[in-house]
Amino acid sequence: MSIKLVYFAWVRERIGKTDEEVSLPFDVATVADLVTWLKSRGEEYEYAFENEGIVRAAVDHLHVRPDASIIEAREIAFFPPMTGG
Amino acid sequence: MTAAPTIRIQREDFDVSGETAAIRGQAADVGAIVTFTGLCRSEDDRLAALEIEHYPGMAQAEVTRIVGEAMLRWPTLGVTVIHRHGTIQVGENIVLVIVASGHRRAAFAAAEFLMDWLKLSAPFWKREHHSDGTVGEWVEARASDELAVSSWDCAPNAQEHQTASRSPLRKVPEGLTSRQRNR
Repeated sequence: MSIKLVYFAWVRERIGKTDEEVSLPFDVATVADLVTWLKSRGEEYEYAFENEGIVRAAVDHLHVRPDASIIEAREIAFFPPMTGG
Repeated sequence: MTAAPTIRIQREDFDVSGETAAIRGQAADVGAIVTFTGLCRSEDDRLAALEIEHYPGMAQAEVTRIVGEAMLRWPTLGVTVIHRHGTIQVGENIVLVIVASGHRRAAFAAAEFLMDWLKLSAPFWKREHHSDGTVGEWVEARASDELAVSSWDCAPNAQEHQTASRSPLRKVPEGLTSRQRNR
């Protein structure tokens, strides 16, 4: 399946791109699986996700926990804790 | 009758008095209006500006969820939330929250609830631009912001919100603010 990934703030800078389309292996079923898979793709991803639990995720514009399913997701975002307001 | 909330994510500045006048005119039963404006401060002249990155697709949706939750919890007669993005100079406005209600307690409480949740879950990220011209680091989230929302007994998201230190859900007296409770 093909999914759009989008990155923000220092996650975006560490990975070196704002977004990408990826085709995921079938065993990548949750946000945590996706992070593990991304980290295997290169040191820029290792760097972005070096502190597990810091980077937040949203699936189709909704905040989710790492165990959330990404089956049928269209867009998954990764970003640091938010600092708006 | 509660009017539809005004929610805008925009680069341009906003007009506080114009927005307040608009919400005033929405219902004859308005007895209290709380207006909160968040500004870019200089941090003892260290900062020249803040750069605010946002997630365009999600920002409007998440702020709408937060406003929806506030309107469920308090009898509001009007809610306006405007959050800016882009480069914001010291002294400029960043965020506006206006709540109109029949009475002050609901207006104060809803406004504080909105700000607490906006800081924690609306997808915006600040980066410092220093007064010496250098670009600084991304602003780190404060543990105190997470503590502030943990004192409200709900999350505005349909799904679980990822806060590490959320205390068990508990009922709080209507109108008591989170900071008062934390004392």
